[in-house]
Amino acid sequence: MKDLTRRDSLKLGAASLAAGVGLGIGREMPARAQEPMLDLKPEKDASLRVLRPAKFVAGDEKLWLENTAKYTQQTGIKVKVESQSWEDLRPKAAVAANVGKGPDIVYGFYDDAHQYPDKLIDVSEVGNYLDKKYGGWYDVCRRFGMRDGKWIAIPLGAAGARIVYRISHLKEAGFDAWPSDFDGMLKASQGLAAKGHPGGLALGNAVGDANTWCHWLVWSFGGRMVDEKDQVVINSPETIKALEYAKELYKSFAPGTLSWLDPSNNKAFLDGQISWTINGISIYYTSKNSKDEKIKAMADDIGHAILPIGPVGHPTELHLTVPAMVFAYTKYPNAAKDYIRFMLEKEQYVPWQEASIGYFSQPLRAYEKSPVWTSDPKHTPYRDLMANMLWPGYAGSLGYASAGVMADFVMVNMVAQAASGAKSPQDAAAEAQKRAERYYKL
Amino acid sequence: MTADKISRPEHPPFGAMAELLNHRAVLSVLFMLPAASILLLFLTYPLGLGIWMGFTDARVGRPGIFIGLENYFSLFDDDVFWLAVFNTLVYTIVATVAKFGLGMWLALLLNHSLPFKAFIRAIVLLPYIVPTVLSAIAFWWIYDPQFSIISWSLHRLGLIDTYIDFLGTPWNARWSVIIANVWRGIPFVAICLLAGLQTISPSLYEAAALDGATQWQRFRYVTVPLLMPILAVVLTFSVLFTFTDFQLIYAITRGGPLNSTHLMATLAFQRAIPGGDLGQGAAISTAMVPFLIAATLFSYYGLQRRQWQQGGADE
Repeated sequence: MKDLTRRDSLKLGAASLAAGVGLGIGREMPARAQEPMLDLKPEKDASLRVLRPAKFVAGDEKLWLENTAKYTQQTGIKVKVESQSWEDLRPKAAVAANVGKGPDIVYGFYDDAHQYPDKLIDVSEVGNYLDKKYGGWYDVCRRFGMRDGKWIAIPLGAAGARIVYRISHLKEAGFDAWPSDFDGMLKASQGLAAKGHPGGLALGNAVGDANTWCHWLVWSFGGRMVDEKDQVVINSPETIKALEYAKELYKSFAPGTLSWLDPSNNKAFLDGQISWTINGISIYYTSKNSKDEKIKAMADDIGHAILPIGPVGHPTELHLTVPAMVFAYTKYPNAAKDYIRFMLEKEQYVPWQEASIGYFSQPLRAYEKSPVWTSDPKHTPYRDLMANMLWPGYAGSLGYASAGVMADFVMVNMVAQAASGAKSPQDAAAEAQKRAERYYKL
Repeated sequence: MTADKISRPEHPPFGAMAELLNHRAVLSVLFMLPAASILLLFLTYPLGLGIWMGFTDARVGRPGIFIGLENYFSLFDDDVFWLAVFNTLVYTIVATVAKFGLGMWLALLLNHSLPFKAFIRAIVLLPYIVPTVLSAIAFWWIYDPQFSIISWSLHRLGLIDTYIDFLGTPWNARWSVIIANVWRGIPFVAICLLAGLQTISPSLYEAAALDGATQWQRFRYVTVPLLMPILAVVLTFSVLFTFTDFQLIYAITRGGPLNSTHLMATLAFQRAIPGGDLGQGAAISTAMVPFLIAATLFSYYGLQRRQWQQGGADE
């Protein structure tokens, strides 16, 4: 093992420099001689255990492991990467925080870092270094990564949601492109359903998909779980309007969406049972790389569109954000920080985004120029996820309450109740208010 | 050397220690110590810690302070908690009754002389042998709103027009997870009851037949009373396993739709681990204890009445 010095970094980066420059990343950045440098001096004989979300697209994990091997080759630091299913990742990180033992680095979800900030080390050096080098963090990344002026987690990116639809079916319903407003979207969905091509959005306790679209919908109409002072305000006229909209939209869904978990819409879409959904790029990726000719042929007919902006007038998206956290119990804090830095450097990050066809959108503005966003026009809608997103517990603070409300599916249950007619929009909003207050009164 | 010297050595090697070890009470304690240590370490301590945490505001990464009954007051006013209690009771009662009805029936069938008896008995155990998560994932596919094999078959046979929404409405989902639990639990009940049935002497049935007892009377007055001790034990275990079920629900529905299949165990997990509220999760778990104690007491004192076992009537 050896320490990474500025000279070493220059040498090590030489091989992949062409990739970065050739790909356009960094063209607008200072010349290499003035580039910010960070020598974290990883500990001698360090070895790391890294826990990350299980792959949803094969290229993600493949490149991640290749980049990790590259890190080991360059530094001598052994890194063991473990993947965990999405549902079990947060519990595992929580247990690690609680018992003080486990992986050195956890790539968790959303506001994990704000649930146990005292158990994490300060990673401000990395946060500030990447900020200067790669055009700055998106504002929402500072919210996810920083607490009391310090970086406690480094956002890796966000697995995002976009409208995924069948181009030919939409045309059949009389639309050339996915509408960019809510009225148009409702009409498109109804038109598709009338032609026998229903849509489908997860309304079960699906950690990723259900939370993503339900928050976006309510926020789009101006509904919020809490205000800036963490006062619960979900039972509002704006929320009711959103729920009334959900009720209409639900009528054009395929049966069974109340029980859908995260993989359900992918399966139904690829089987041709639904014609639109809100999802990551994984459906397109699977179709494009499928060995089944029928599914492969579907790729040309898949279109992506950004989520419409609602009456509130600005983007209100929520995407599955992945923060990298280093636990205080690690014996090798410098090595851990260095690994996180390494994976976000353009020589690793750009090929990783390319291999996963942009499944994770970047947290740093410089990567807007990653070639993955222009190599296929169908990738482009996934580019600006973190620029357009809000955060769990918007417009309040991140912490125990925001995490608890989301883990308890308060927003999802409210939308599901109103959409399915199990409760009136008013009753569903009132129940959500009561449930959320239990968390926020603490 | 005389016998007297052998029985009373002049200089016992360990004096007081030997005297102590000859003491019946001391020996009893010593022999029980290993088992007691295991119980204390792996049962009493976690249980005690869980109960204690229910009285604190412990969160992931924070020990918490004593807050008395606040978690319980909060739960008392929590509709989702009461829905989980209701779901748990329905799930346990319906699944247990079904498992015992079908398990007893299966045990009686298997108790007859059948060709390939050993093989059939081994096959019957299969659902119990398969890891729960695997069978839960299989049921998840079986109940899938788009890909259900049941819906597909019925549709192909022309019996239904649209696929059955097994998990999409609250009661459909409840019945579906109950059926999955029953499928998995029947072998345990059947094999245990079969073991009990085989201990009943055939001469009792012969005597009853000579007395003119019908088949139902033989079952009611010979089989059931003699099976009651094992029935009580199996019932206790079955109720405990069903009441605390987690894996089936977690894999098939995650407590949905609209929390209609959340059991107390799954809600406790959801609140404590992903939600980070360890105190409240512990309180929900602790709230399960009175139900479990009641079920155990019912099994032991309700079903183990001596009069029943001796063919008598209740007092």
